[in-house]
Amino acid sequence: MAVLTYLEAIRLAMLEEMVRDERVFVLGEDVGTYGGAFRVTAGFLEKFGEKRVIDTPISETAIVGAAIGASLMGMRPIAEMQFIDFVSCAFDIIVNYAAKTRYRWGAGVPIVIRGPSGGGVHGGPFHSQNPEAYFMNVPGLKIVAPGTPTDAKGLMTAAIRDPDPVIYLEHKFLYRRLKEEVPEGDLVVPIGKARVARAGKDVSIVTYAAMLQVALEAAEAAARDGIDVEVVDLRTLLPLDEEAILASAAKTGKVIVLHEPTITGGPGGEIAALISERAFEYLDAPVVRVAPPDTPVPYSPPLEETFLPNAAKVGEAIRAIYDY
Amino acid sequence: MKLNRMVEEKLTNLYRQGKVVGGLYRSLGQEGCSVGSAYALERGDIFTPLIRNLGAIFVRGGRPRDVFAQYMARAAGPTHGRDLNVHFGWISEEGSMPSVISMLGDMVPVLTGAVIAERMKGRRTVALTWIGDGATSTGAFHEGFNFACVQKAPIVVIVENNKWAYSTPTHKQTANPRFVDRARAYGCFGEQVDGNDVRAVYEVTRRAIERARAGAGPTLIEADTMRMRGHAEHDDMKYVPPGMIEEWAARDPIDRYERWLVGSGHARPEELQAVTADLDASLQADLAAAEASPFPDPRSGLSGVYADRRVRPPVPPLVAEWKRRKGRV
Repeated sequence: MAVLTYLEAIRLAMLEEMVRDERVFVLGEDVGTYGGAFRVTAGFLEKFGEKRVIDTPISETAIVGAAIGASLMGMRPIAEMQFIDFVSCAFDIIVNYAAKTRYRWGAGVPIVIRGPSGGGVHGGPFHSQNPEAYFMNVPGLKIVAPGTPTDAKGLMTAAIRDPDPVIYLEHKFLYRRLKEEVPEGDLVVPIGKARVARAGKDVSIVTYAAMLQVALEAAEAAARDGIDVEVVDLRTLLPLDEEAILASAAKTGKVIVLHEPTITGGPGGEIAALISERAFEYLDAPVVRVAPPDTPVPYSPPLEETFLPNAAKVGEAIRAIYDY
Repeated sequence: MKLNRMVEEKLTNLYRQGKVVGGLYRSLGQEGCSVGSAYALERGDIFTPLIRNLGAIFVRGGRPRDVFAQYMARAAGPTHGRDLNVHFGWISEEGSMPSVISMLGDMVPVLTGAVIAERMKGRRTVALTWIGDGATSTGAFHEGFNFACVQKAPIVVIVENNKWAYSTPTHKQTANPRFVDRARAYGCFGEQVDGNDVRAVYEVTRRAIERARAGAGPTLIEADTMRMRGHAEHDDMKYVPPGMIEEWAARDPIDRYERWLVGSGHARPEELQAVTADLDASLQADLAAAEASPFPDPRSGLSGVYADRRVRPPVPPLVAEWKRRKGRV
């Protein structure tokens, strides 16, 4: 096993799939000569050539649209959004073409749309967003958001091989901060399967991506106070792993949903509704959401720190729900 | 062209009978743009017709009975009642037709990607699509066509200047309604053609497709034509100035082609009448087949969103689960 950063794991998964399958190619802004704004595709142009590593104009609709067209002809394109914030520029063609094609006329659109998401790096309102909630209401899409290097690799491989369009959210805060031993060889983490990252019996935290580390830190702190916290890492947001969420809710009866998209209309509402509909009798407290307030992501460090959830804020929620 | 028009005339009757449950969009007067250009495609080429390019579908092997069933929302339609009008498609070695969607302009980047993929495989496939004067104002058209030109992708885009985007005239769409001028801006080939002259449309498209296949890049063709009906059948076209319809009626593409066929000795009038009669008989059979198809099974709409999972039906099963569980927790 090799020790890989989160970024290296993403890169390696793409590289291995491009070697394994000549239908896989990448396109996006500055992905070729420059190797991507975060260097995720560094060296790809030299290894695979201009045909399979395509630098594009600043045209997100053209990037995703071309990926869709290529996939209809049997290819497996990976479209990079330089920052995932710019996925909004391609919103139409994702939700209307990529997502609805199989349902409408039976043709699969096996594309991956990937890009750096999330805050904590002082990117400000347009380089820090978490767009997953916009897309959770779109049947036909899949959305994954790994929280560890191992999952980053396994979910990328799964996304590339998936027969349907996958939005792959890579959290830029984790790119170089997180490293671990990642199994070598063919590693596939199935889309739609959550993972219990930490077992516990008193309180559940359902979370994903960068908030996974926040949850684990808060869980460690709570353990020192005698509260046994379970952490469920969703890994996939669409489709949600309902069984895993309900199992943890039934086990502890007290659930916190922790996420980085802002609170209103975020994934937490959907998860809380799911628990309410299907595990109501098991609950011993209201489902609590810990998420940023309904503002854009601010730039200045004290503003952004106030905006983002952290272990202290999660700790308060754990205490409150534990004492309910 | 004749088939195109006759199918739409039959659809108009169905629409008036309430059997077309959605809107009906005619291509009356524009048949030459669709048909002349589609005949220039070769085996394996890719094309995407828009709402007023029904004729191109028939040139490329689409069946009238599928179109009737699709408009009538029947199970036998190519989308089994999931989508309407010409919103269907196929992928095949003979020549794919990726389905159009209502968001105009999107097909330009999609087809650009399709032919880039074909080029990666070492094939010389060409793509053809159309766009109205109105939809050249979309971002998707610009992004897609600019990218196609940068890539020298083998794609031909016909701007059908039919003078109206719903009720909006071209001068409210752009400050320069000479759409062919855009070719120069994008750095590609540009051509203008009389869109109501089917032979000229064929010739100009054939040249553009040859250039694209040879690797010389995209062509933007501006076809001068006129939308002779409303945006859809509900639209009374009160915004069209008096005399404009009459002026263009004199340039009808089918009348012109028939006059040429007869005048040049390629066909006698009675032969043309016989063709029309044959078409009508075969369309009656298609129509009967489509009408005989039932509406789709109401539950059939839950499948096919994903390749590998079914969508859960809404509330009732959940209520049953509550009843089972109540008092047992």
